Amino acid sequence: MVKQGLNCALDLNRHGILDKYNVELIGASCDAIDKAEDRELFDNAMTFIGLETPTHGMAHNMEQAHEALEKIGFPCIIRPSFYPGWYRRRHCLQQREKFDEICARGLELSPTTELLIDESLIGWKEFELEVVRDKNDNCIIVCSIENFDAMGVHTGDSITVAPAQTLTDKEYQILRNAAIAVLREIGVETGGSNVQFAVNPADGRLVIIEMNPRVSRSSALASKATGFPIARVAAKLAIGFTLDELRNEITGGVTPTSFEPTIDYVVTKIPRFTFEKFTEANDRITTQMKSVGEVMAIGRTFQESMQKALRGLEVGMCGFDPILESGLSNAKEVLTRELNEPGAQRIWYVGDAFRQDWSVNTIYDLSGIDPWFLVQIEDIINCEKEISQLTLDKFEQDYFLHLKRKGFSDKRISQLLAVTELEVQQARQAMGVRPVFKRVDTCAAEFVSSTAYMYSTYEEECEAQPSERQKIMVLGGGPNRIGQGIEFDYCCVHAALAMREDGFETIMVNCNPETVSTDYNISDRLYFEPLTLEDVIEIAELEKPAGVIVQFGGQTPLNLVKRLEQAGVPVIGTPPDAIDRAEDRERFQQLIEKLNLKQPPNCIVRSVEESIQQANKISYPLVVRPSYVLGGRAMEIVYNEEELKRYMQESVMVSKESPVLLDYFLSSAIEIDVDAVSDGKQVVVGAIMQHIEQAGIHSGDSACSLPPYNLPEEVQNEIRDQVTRLALELGVVGLMNTQLAYQDSEVYVIEVNPRASRTVPFVSKCIGRSLAKVAARCMIGKTLEEQEFTKEIIPNTYAVKEAVFPFNKFPGVDPILGPEMKSTGEVMGVGTTFAEAYAKAQMGAGDVIETSGNAFVSVRDRDKDAVVEVAQRLNSLGYSLVATHGTAKVIEAAGLPVIGVNKVLEGRPHIVDMLKNGEIQVVFNTTEGKQAIADSSTIRRTALRHDVYCTTTIAGALAVCDAVEFGNNMSVYTIQQLHAELH
Amino acid sequence: MAGLAVLALADGSIFKGTAIGAEGSSTGEVVFNTSMTGYQEILTDPSYAQQIVTFTYPHIGNTGTNEEDNESDKVWASGLVIRDLPLLASSWRNQQTLDDFLKQRKVVAIAELDTRRLTRVLRDKGPLNGCLLSGAALEEGGKEKAIELAQQFPGLSGMDLAKIVSVDRTYSWEESVWDIREGYLPPAEPRFNVVAYDFGVKRNILRMLAARGCKITVVPAETPAADVLAMKPDGIFLSNGPGDPEPCDYAIMAIKEFLDQSIPLFGICLGCQLLALACGANTIKMQLGHHGANHPVQNLRDGTVLITSQNHGFAVDGDTLPNKLEVTHKSLFDGSLQGIERTDKPAFGFQGHPEASPGPHDVAPLFDHFIKIMESHSNSASITEQVAASS
Repeated sequence: MVKQGLNCALDLNRHGILDKYNVELIGASCDAIDKAEDRELFDNAMTFIGLETPTHGMAHNMEQAHEALEKIGFPCIIRPSFYPGWYRRRHCLQQREKFDEICARGLELSPTTELLIDESLIGWKEFELEVVRDKNDNCIIVCSIENFDAMGVHTGDSITVAPAQTLTDKEYQILRNAAIAVLREIGVETGGSNVQFAVNPADGRLVIIEMNPRVSRSSALASKATGFPIARVAAKLAIGFTLDELRNEITGGVTPTSFEPTIDYVVTKIPRFTFEKFTEANDRITTQMKSVGEVMAIGRTFQESMQKALRGLEVGMCGFDPILESGLSNAKEVLTRELNEPGAQRIWYVGDAFRQDWSVNTIYDLSGIDPWFLVQIEDIINCEKEISQLTLDKFEQDYFLHLKRKGFSDKRISQLLAVTELEVQQARQAMGVRPVFKRVDTCAAEFVSSTAYMYSTYEEECEAQPSERQKIMVLGGGPNRIGQGIEFDYCCVHAALAMREDGFETIMVNCNPETVSTDYNISDRLYFEPLTLEDVIEIAELEKPAGVIVQFGGQTPLNLVKRLEQAGVPVIGTPPDAIDRAEDRERFQQLIEKLNLKQPPNCIVRSVEESIQQANKISYPLVVRPSYVLGGRAMEIVYNEEELKRYMQESVMVSKESPVLLDYFLSSAIEIDVDAVSDGKQVVVGAIMQHIEQAGIHSGDSACSLPPYNLPEEVQNEIRDQVTRLALELGVVGLMNTQLAYQDSEVYVIEVNPRASRTVPFVSKCIGRSLAKVAARCMIGKTLEEQEFTKEIIPNTYAVKEAVFPFNKFPGVDPILGPEMKSTGEVMGVGTTFAEAYAKAQMGAGDVIETSGNAFVSVRDRDKDAVVEVAQRLNSLGYSLVATHGTAKVIEAAGLPVIGVNKVLEGRPHIVDMLKNGEIQVVFNTTEGKQAIADSSTIRRTALRHDVYCTTTIAGALAVCDAVEFGNNMSVYTIQQLHAELH
Repeated sequence: MAGLAVLALADGSIFKGTAIGAEGSSTGEVVFNTSMTGYQEILTDPSYAQQIVTFTYPHIGNTGTNEEDNESDKVWASGLVIRDLPLLASSWRNQQTLDDFLKQRKVVAIAELDTRRLTRVLRDKGPLNGCLLSGAALEEGGKEKAIELAQQFPGLSGMDLAKIVSVDRTYSWEESVWDIREGYLPPAEPRFNVVAYDFGVKRNILRMLAARGCKITVVPAETPAADVLAMKPDGIFLSNGPGDPEPCDYAIMAIKEFLDQSIPLFGICLGCQLLALACGANTIKMQLGHHGANHPVQNLRDGTVLITSQNHGFAVDGDTLPNKLEVTHKSLFDGSLQGIERTDKPAFGFQGHPEASPGPHDVAPLFDHFIKIMESHSNSASITEQVAASS
């Protein structure tokens, strides 16, 4: 996303807009960006300053391929241009005969008959340096980062460690000099940049991989890793300050920013993936970044830091848990593949390989992971073996401390001892083995730090120095993932700010380096720690906060609520029992009945047989999903018994402990999201949002309109009434999100979440009041009356929230929307009409809707009636209609001109051919049922690859018609203007 | 499991850890270094004589040791204190693990202790004398013995260590700077005859001079001025070194002589302090010495900031500078004086380490400055002739 602003600025410059209004682009120069991003310009620049880049060549035929090989030599990597399905590692070539064969195939596969041939650096070590430069040419290295994963894995997908571990000073200084020389040559006059190097482990040969002439994801990590706020400093440098004029805030301004941070701990970052959401995607990690979030952990040693990161990742692991099924007959093959072609779980496979007594050398040969790291993982696995031979009563204080210093969690120890986590925790605390907290201070304790940015470790001296003030502790959301992203961080940040404004000392706990909540100046005290029970309790027992807020960080802190309460931690806000009442299926049903509300017929099943029986009672279609999930994980809609059986057998492992929920699917309902806030006595609706896509699309993936764009007023009032009653009955103190559906004049309650929701920031921006702040104040006992927030604020403009998807990162994935959430971000568009707001939201999401040409329409049977309206509108907007034969018949019958085209299975020429030939400008395609979805997926995938706008719902199609009709005549407002009109 | 070791400070603090390196007993002034790389260079830097060094970075020994990274022919630090000794050394340059390197050189060392706590003690109280005790010595004496030994250590104030660490005979230096592919390069074509006083000189200083066309003769610390002048040097280099500069009267006297003769002079660290003393300034023992590779130093002439390698516990007192001594550099950490130059003579000094090793290379241009003043000072006389005549 960093790139979006950059590209926009470059476009403004290219079109002369900046010149026209006499605006200077600061902090980045267009020439520098071109030089860094254009491969040839970059290569030339590097050659000029005597640095090497990987040798490479391009070929359009075999002759050129041989010429390129002459220059590059073996091993080399061959890639067809614009053919993303090609997996790199397999084609790292050593021999000639294979070369010809693969080049021939690559030339055929590339749509531009073009091959890229690169020198192979696979297996080399990868390093990054974060450099900051000011206008006086003062340069500093803020942080060095070493990738745990060898070259071949995108640095965003690599596990990375700071500082660099395996460089002698002589080598490190070569990197340092090179990084600074690169900045100067590329022409980054002020600000931060990131320079990436590959180093041959055999002889130290150094190659520049790339440089980003701007702050990047790595700069965010480097800032959190060192305590040096790169973006903040870069912004000040851009307006003309120099490094020596700025003060290092973390030391209370005692020292200037013109120094190089030095750290006395080890930082580990582990990316978080969501391949489970994109099952058709290639789940190997390569040079195309695929992760959606990351966790960072700080420890005094690599082992401690790594094990803290593993448990902070929240993927159900509490350390080096084994993942290889025991007794697997092809364990060797599985391990070999996982180490050689890494996937998201490679780190645990490394552990498993050591469990199988594989040697460091074998694992190194397969993975390229430096032995320095491997030997420490081997040591951890050896410790695990030792622990599992012991019993808890044999643990002595020294031994406990020895394990904790290696980063073992209580939970992992408990698993190895086959006891409960609580038993381990109690035994440990009884022996006085407790963590201490050290400060992140940029200077390795050389100067006194006035900033309480802390991490836990097992050492002698604790530097936490908790105060005697009244404190409120906010638990953050952990790593970003699909379904739980920065929306929750927004809430945590606002809660902390509100509490600080109200005179409390604020304490933040989080482990996500990409967030604002982990900026050390957002709260009074920042604990950069995993959000696990063990870690949170240790902080709570030290700080003794008056209240702990758990409802803003998404599911992560909520999962801890019960056990935190049991441990005597004062959780404030909505009581945990209310959360349970909303989440527990049966209790929720009782609640709905008690309030005389409606929910779709539903039931809970614990076996395949039971599901079929119950489904017949409820009737199809059904929404099926495992209980207790967020983000619609593994949720599907089934239309008949056959599909239900398949789902129950293949998609989920149903059992007594993990039952499955069946809901009657309201197939033509309008979905509604409501955020409300309550002080326990009064409830104020934050906003009612109407989804644009109909029911069946996950609410996080659906666009929505605030206020509703065609929901009758009396229905809205009914919804307000229902939400208010729900909140009061549950005893909500703070936020509550309710999802409802409206079908056939009935309002149904789908789901109630007594916590912050994904839409809180959107609502807050629309209504000009921070719901999170209001809610936080409710939790500390301030009434809504006292806060002067007693009435719903309904904007007189429309705002549309649209989801943003990562489909183009996952070649082969069907970009169809469904009940499982897949979006990774969102945008908002504002307009005086719904059409304007929707059009702006589409633009913001980066989607271009062609306003003329051929519109392809193909809909499922259920939508055949509704498609006529779409066709009429498209026709009157001037599109020519193209439709599959079934849909064409319906359109023809309505008296509209339409051209029929074959489905892929009906033979060529078919719709995919038309898309490839650029003959289709927009795609409207609705489908249902597993088989039909699979059959039509090439249409959507091709549209995606060729940047053709594609919508997969009728409601979406109609909204698109609105947007096209509205055209380009957009107005621009500041959000301050809009807010001023509201108050 | 490895044996126990303790570090005792003169104030009575005790730090327990694991014995690494050689077992036994060692005393010295305890200092911390915040550099994250370059432990081998630091251990072999003669300026660390009689100092027990602790690193703030927890993993020390990651890349092992090799013959190229020594800054002298032995480990000068009296002891090493670290948080963690890695299980394995990983580097294509590694020849011997740090543990073996220490054992072979009989250096007493300790790991597994809270080095951040130690650093904070030193930061708040200033450098303290300390004692490392392990093995049989620890079993016999216990931690009380360690405290006693720490208290018995006389401290570095007033201690002339330069003449102890210096060579005992004159020799010439024939090696240039390091290259990642070629190793140490042969020296450049000689253009200047330079005499380098060894008060504990780091090899990389000599290498950087050699790379710039200096034919170097290294002389012992107490070499009288007349002997050096007899070598007809184009320039004289005053090296870094350990201890208090004040007692080094022999060197101060010699430097005064060189100043009178207007021979180009370049001093680094202790050499810079000696130059200041010879000019009439005073030096002081710092409350908090500089030991790290991240120190910002401002060039007062053009305002630029240089990131420097630093290692000193004594400093030139900026309030005592005579008129003819200009301050050229100052520390942006504590404002202390970092560079001086005579306005009337071809003489300058730098408090930090332009030769880096370890540390950033930002101040390397000072070596070029030395070459420049030798160039402008050598009149029109053919230098190569002089060199040829003297060799």
